[in-house]
Amino acid sequence: MEGVQLNLVSKEKLEKMGSMEKLRMILDNVKEGKIVVLESGLSPEEEAKLIELTMLEIDHESFVGIEVESYPPKETFLSKLFGKKSGRLTLIGPANRVKTLSRKEDLITAMVHLGDK
Amino acid sequence: MGLIAGIKLRFKRALRWFFKKDKMRIGIYGPPNAGKTTLANRILRDWTGDVIGPESEIPHETRRAKLREGVKIEVDGKTLTIDIVDTPGIATKIDFHDFMKYGMSEDEAKRRAKEATEGVIEAIKWLDDLDGILLVMDSVEDPYTQVNVTIVGNIEARGLPLLIVANKIDLPNASPARIKSAFPQHTVVPVSALKGLNIDTLYKIMADKFG
Repeated sequence: MEGVQLNLVSKEKLEKMGSMEKLRMILDNVKEGKIVVLESGLSPEEEAKLIELTMLEIDHESFVGIEVESYPPKETFLSKLFGKKSGRLTLIGPANRVKTLSRKEDLITAMVHLGDK
Repeated sequence: MGLIAGIKLRFKRALRWFFKKDKMRIGIYGPPNAGKTTLANRILRDWTGDVIGPESEIPHETRRAKLREGVKIEVDGKTLTIDIVDTPGIATKIDFHDFMKYGMSEDEAKRRAKEATEGVIEAIKWLDDLDGILLVMDSVEDPYTQVNVTIVGNIEARGLPLLIVANKIDLPNASPARIKSAFPQHTVVPVSALKGLNIDTLYKIMADKFG
């Protein structure tokens, strides 16, 4: 069956992983053409690190980068107290497969291509 | 902003005021083609008569951060001395085919793409060495992009003073209000760096925010 593999990673699994472990898992999957969905997203620092790692791994042939779809972090009681907003559902895929169509505060519309382009 | 984070930030600001530097190092950030170099050139032209680098409609024209030290801005009798860092545009993808649409050869486009990836990394690294940020967004484009959200999140996490510059207000479909509604927690200053529209207001707000 032709299609795109989606890996949905639970919040519990993400909480057990270190930052680099998470980022490595994401990039390895995305470079294989898979789409990764994170139940609890990434912190801003992790997002910046993910961009840095992505730039290092772009080979200008098969991997040209990533597309990230996520909502802005929401304020909770704990985030109000400690200032750390928790991440929200985030989808990360290869830039040549995932395209954002529109993005609003609580609705993101994206297109996933089955082929390379 | 959290309660404890708010106290930490106020403490940091108080420390910053107490050990006030002679000059602030201000980074100009944003996605490619938002007009970062045009803004840097506008500031430098207005206060030093010089420019920092070439402007272009081709994305990733700036692929190395450029620093200009000791720029003095005088507003209402107040003098603000800043170092300006014009950073390469931050992106999550760089495809050399996009540059070929501007008439570049494949080799040239690949070289530019490689330099652009290095530029993105450099821009992110500079965040650790700055005292304040001017985040430039294109008022014609949807501001609610992952790159903008990531940059704002990182600036907030570092507790750096941030001004969002809603650029290109001279264009017909510009909507600085859309930027304001996407980032309501931050000061948004609508300008046209190219035409110099509302630029004096930006200098006043910069003097308040970074002075």
